[in-house]
Amino acid sequence: MDNPLTHAADFFDDGSVESSKIVSRSVGNRVLTLVCIALSFLAFVPLASILYLVVKNGLPLLDWSVFTQLPPAAGMTGGGFGNAVLGTLVMVGLALVLSAPPGILAAIYICEYQPRGRLAGMVRFVAKLLTGIPSIICGVFAFAAVVLSTGKFSAFAGGVALAVLMLPTILLTAEQALLGVQKAYREASYGLGATRFQTILRVVLPDAMPAIMTGVMLAVARAAGETAPLVFTALFSQFWAKSLMEPTASLSVLIYNFSTMPFEHQVKMAWTASLVLVFLVTVTNITAQLVFSKRQS
Amino acid sequence: MTADTMSEKPPIAVRPELSAAATPEIEGSSAGRPDFITVRDFNFFYGRKQALQEISLDIPERQVTAFIGPSGCGKTTLLRNFNRMNELIDGISHTGDIKLAGRSIFDPGIEVIALRRLVGMVFQKSNPFAKSIYENVVYSMRIAGVRERKVLDDTVERSLRAAALWEEVKDRLHESALGLSGGQMQRLCIARAIANRPKVLLMDEPCSALDPIATMRIEELINELKREYTIVIVTHNMQQASRCSDFTGFFYLGSLIEFDRTKKIFTNPQEKRTEDYVTGRFG
Repeated sequence: MDNPLTHAADFFDDGSVESSKIVSRSVGNRVLTLVCIALSFLAFVPLASILYLVVKNGLPLLDWSVFTQLPPAAGMTGGGFGNAVLGTLVMVGLALVLSAPPGILAAIYICEYQPRGRLAGMVRFVAKLLTGIPSIICGVFAFAAVVLSTGKFSAFAGGVALAVLMLPTILLTAEQALLGVQKAYREASYGLGATRFQTILRVVLPDAMPAIMTGVMLAVARAAGETAPLVFTALFSQFWAKSLMEPTASLSVLIYNFSTMPFEHQVKMAWTASLVLVFLVTVTNITAQLVFSKRQS
Repeated sequence: MTADTMSEKPPIAVRPELSAAATPEIEGSSAGRPDFITVRDFNFFYGRKQALQEISLDIPERQVTAFIGPSGCGKTTLLRNFNRMNELIDGISHTGDIKLAGRSIFDPGIEVIALRRLVGMVFQKSNPFAKSIYENVVYSMRIAGVRERKVLDDTVERSLRAAALWEEVKDRLHESALGLSGGQMQRLCIARAIANRPKVLLMDEPCSALDPIATMRIEELINELKREYTIVIVTHNMQQASRCSDFTGFFYLGSLIEFDRTKKIFTNPQEKRTEDYVTGRFG
């Protein structure tokens, strides 16, 4: 028998058209891989530079007092933005309470009860339209619906504006989450004599919950950073809010106000507020992912 | 009517006036045992497409009945009519009737939920819930509102023993069912299906995703379970049908070609097409 290795070498290196094509294909493969790596870095640069700037400019003023003190008046130094942190938390929390239950229940309806019904089709269509609507429109809507009818700017109006913004995102991600539940689970449950309600409650929802919560957290993270819906609705306040029905400060509006002021201290404070906002959103996201990915496994 | 069928509790929890009506059906069984499921002139449609044509057959009690035939022949469709599982699909319709212990399963007075508690199902792909082994088994009890710890514990042990799984999992009942092997998962699904003591066990190709050893264990289990349950099994595996069934129905293009004792189907079929199929000439 001849040496199999020389045989193999002959086989691969016979100088035919085939082998030259193989060389050009593998060169193309390497070039494209390099291009992909380079472009990934390019996409990473703006993200990293935002984080870098926010941390670099925000850290100097960051201490515990920014969470406990009220914003400094124009031209003054010291102070903090405790009322804005609280206001953001309250308004996002209110928006969550207003939008998550109807959003998730509507998703259950359009996914589990009447997926091909007219109402389901309408809800789905409107939700898709709403996700594309600029956030400032949500603010205008809440201004007309709440501020004009109650006669005052308030945290409640801000919460409504954010809820309108969050609702379609929650609804559509929850629908996707429910669609992702294996048919086999539903069949097993129905096969054991469960009703539709029992199947949804005991099998479908627990399985879809991590994905639903991820959608909710995405909506929360987006809402927490919105300025436009709040400038017409919650407005701003230099003081601690005493009720839901009065003008309320928020981090995003504070950043907007302070960053355009001609005072160095206020601009620095806007950076610090940005850092706090980014931190809050990140912590919410990571916590949600940790909690819900653990439940899944 | 043989003595052993009468010594047990009545075959199905029917109202008294219905058990009287059931008696004539039980007479004249081809198996010498009462016919538990009777199918008469059954046609079934997905939208306009007819999937089953004029099916009539009698499935005897506490025997294993196998449905064989090439893919798309309607055997699974018929199986999924026995617990009205097809109703999860839009646009289905049927004519003819299926009776369980003498009573039509399409009777408006029958709750489909009650029917499915009497007719358990094991699916082709094992589908334990993402819950603990314990919670998987007691699922049918939980949805029926059973809360007594003792009842639930006993059910878990009895069902897992019946499914030949108890010894393997008794020390990890509260661990996730998704950590089991493929064969164990399928036995868990059987335990789950028999937890609330159904009368009929439908098995839709229960071994098609399993290795030969796991398949053998399930087949042994089927032999055990037929002492208590009427079993209908759909299978692509003709050796499996011949090994573990008492009766076999051969389906082709939505029709029941032949239905007889398994031994007869495999050794002396009446129909040419049956013979061609069981000898592997087509399919």
